[in-house]
Amino acid sequence: MTRALPLLRRRLVGSIFVLLIVIIGSFLLLEAAPGDAVDAYIVSTGGDAGMIELLRHRWGLDQSELTRLANYLWALLHLDLGQSVTFSRPIRDIILERLPTTLILMGSATALSFGLGSALGIYAGARPGSVRDRFLSIGSLALYAVPGFWLGLVLIVVFAVDLRWLPIGGIETIASAKTGLPRAADIATHLVLPVSALGFIYLALYLRMMRAGMAEAWRQEFVLAARARGLTRRRIVFAHVARNALLPLVTMLGLQSAQMLGGSVVIESVFAVPGLGRLAQEAVAGRDTPLLLGIILVSAVLVIAINLLVDLAYAFLDPRVGAGEASA
Amino acid sequence: MNRLRRFFCTPEAVAGAAILASLIAMALAAPLIFPGDPQAIAGPALLPPFHDWSLPLGTDRLGRDVLAELFHGARTSLAVGLAAAAAALLIGAIVGTLAGFAGGLIDEVLMRVTDAFQTVPSFLLALAFVSIVGPSLGVVVAAIALGAWTGPARVARAEVLSIRERDYVAGARVIGMYPLEIAFREVLPNALPPVLALSSVIVAAAILTEAALSFLGLGDPNRVTWGGMIAEGRTVLRTAPFLSIVPGVALVLTVLGVYLAGEGVVESTAVRRSLS
Repeated sequence: MTRALPLLRRRLVGSIFVLLIVIIGSFLLLEAAPGDAVDAYIVSTGGDAGMIELLRHRWGLDQSELTRLANYLWALLHLDLGQSVTFSRPIRDIILERLPTTLILMGSATALSFGLGSALGIYAGARPGSVRDRFLSIGSLALYAVPGFWLGLVLIVVFAVDLRWLPIGGIETIASAKTGLPRAADIATHLVLPVSALGFIYLALYLRMMRAGMAEAWRQEFVLAARARGLTRRRIVFAHVARNALLPLVTMLGLQSAQMLGGSVVIESVFAVPGLGRLAQEAVAGRDTPLLLGIILVSAVLVIAINLLVDLAYAFLDPRVGAGEASA
Repeated sequence: MNRLRRFFCTPEAVAGAAILASLIAMALAAPLIFPGDPQAIAGPALLPPFHDWSLPLGTDRLGRDVLAELFHGARTSLAVGLAAAAAALLIGAIVGTLAGFAGGLIDEVLMRVTDAFQTVPSFLLALAFVSIVGPSLGVVVAAIALGAWTGPARVARAEVLSIRERDYVAGARVIGMYPLEIAFREVLPNALPPVLALSSVIVAAAILTEAALSFLGLGDPNRVTWGGMIAEGRTVLRTAPFLSIVPGVALVLTVLGVYLAGEGVVESTAVRRSLS
């Protein structure tokens, strides 16, 4: 694993710059928003002009832009994301409350799309150009064209309204006082539809990548060599062709995480899942810009962390990574 | 002509082109077939489809003609999708060309900014941008372009890096052209083809993002959007699911048409390349 360390160090340094740019960007957006924290506070509590002056001074809002940016950075360094206007609570606490739900949703959806997508991709790519390949290719393209929120609504109509198999939304049965395993099972049944809606859209992506990678790999000479050695077709498909096509999918896993976070906003809104995405929608509805930007910052950190993990996994899977640096 | 024939030889490309052509026809014909405000009340509320032939697809919760809304929604979807994609491709091509051609510190800074834009979920960025600036057609276009230019920028940069070593660029230097002139008059036009190959994916993503934004109530309030229609139908999902399903089908067909036509174009040019 040590050969991945230089790479990891370089990525970490790069990530700090990227994060700094994101922070400055979100500060600029915050500045561009009409009204400031004091206006929002006065709207909810009431107060006269003298109090506005006092609060602006106390919160450092009457200083120059650079000083305010420095204050903003200083607060972020202490993990202080500010105060939410609509919830009247520290933004960090609200986000930490909502984060686990979104992580579960994203993790399950990623597992579904990656697992099923690559499996179907192998099935299609085992015989490129066959009937099943064409069928799956067109089907996945159609699936990729479906808006996630609409798929969620269709799933609700079919499975929650018509068939009544699954709950229509929420994360668990309200006031059921379940604990332990029954509660976990309850949450799982509530998550089936949102996870499917989120996962099925991205499934198409992995399917298509796997299929394209395998079609490419079939033309390589090592496949010919494997055939010449008399390996069974099944072994060639799994151990040689599919294995070589799998690596780009791992990279995609990291790149896709930002997209999926964005997708979870609409999915969580459709299914009333109390996660980060729904919080973003609530922040928009409540015109709570600091909260919305807090969510954006946390998502950026999350995406960076996921991509670092994916880099590590990649280095583990591909012996070529870092090999040159270790010997140099 | 040869190229066109090659484009139409795969059934997928023909299907994609047919879908897109009928959509464009729908968008152009909307004000002719359904003159007047599509958001005006046209009949009794919640009329189911195929009951009254003057209102073929029925009416929504407020008695508005669903078919008229569908036609006018096609205008918004196509306009936003095309405008946002054009803006994203333009920004991406310019940023990528500058980064690739200048190299050094400019390249480093521009690419870190690109990284930053790719790190923030583009939908969240669009959401924040629209909610801060306020929903209107132009703002929605800008918000979508803001999250979509990074892909084209990377592709353009990679292409420029290989082009800037060519002889004709050295020639342009020798005859004393300014660096910026070389970058945008000699290098950029030649780096465009692989960037333009991304356009179908970007148009499709832009249409889907626009739909999601208007579904969350962040579309232009003065225009009919398919996403807004789905959100509107959602309130009566139990009794009248068709109100959400019909505009959704229109969205799926549109995006699918864009993808299929895009694949057809890429395939027809790929064949040409492998033949030459």
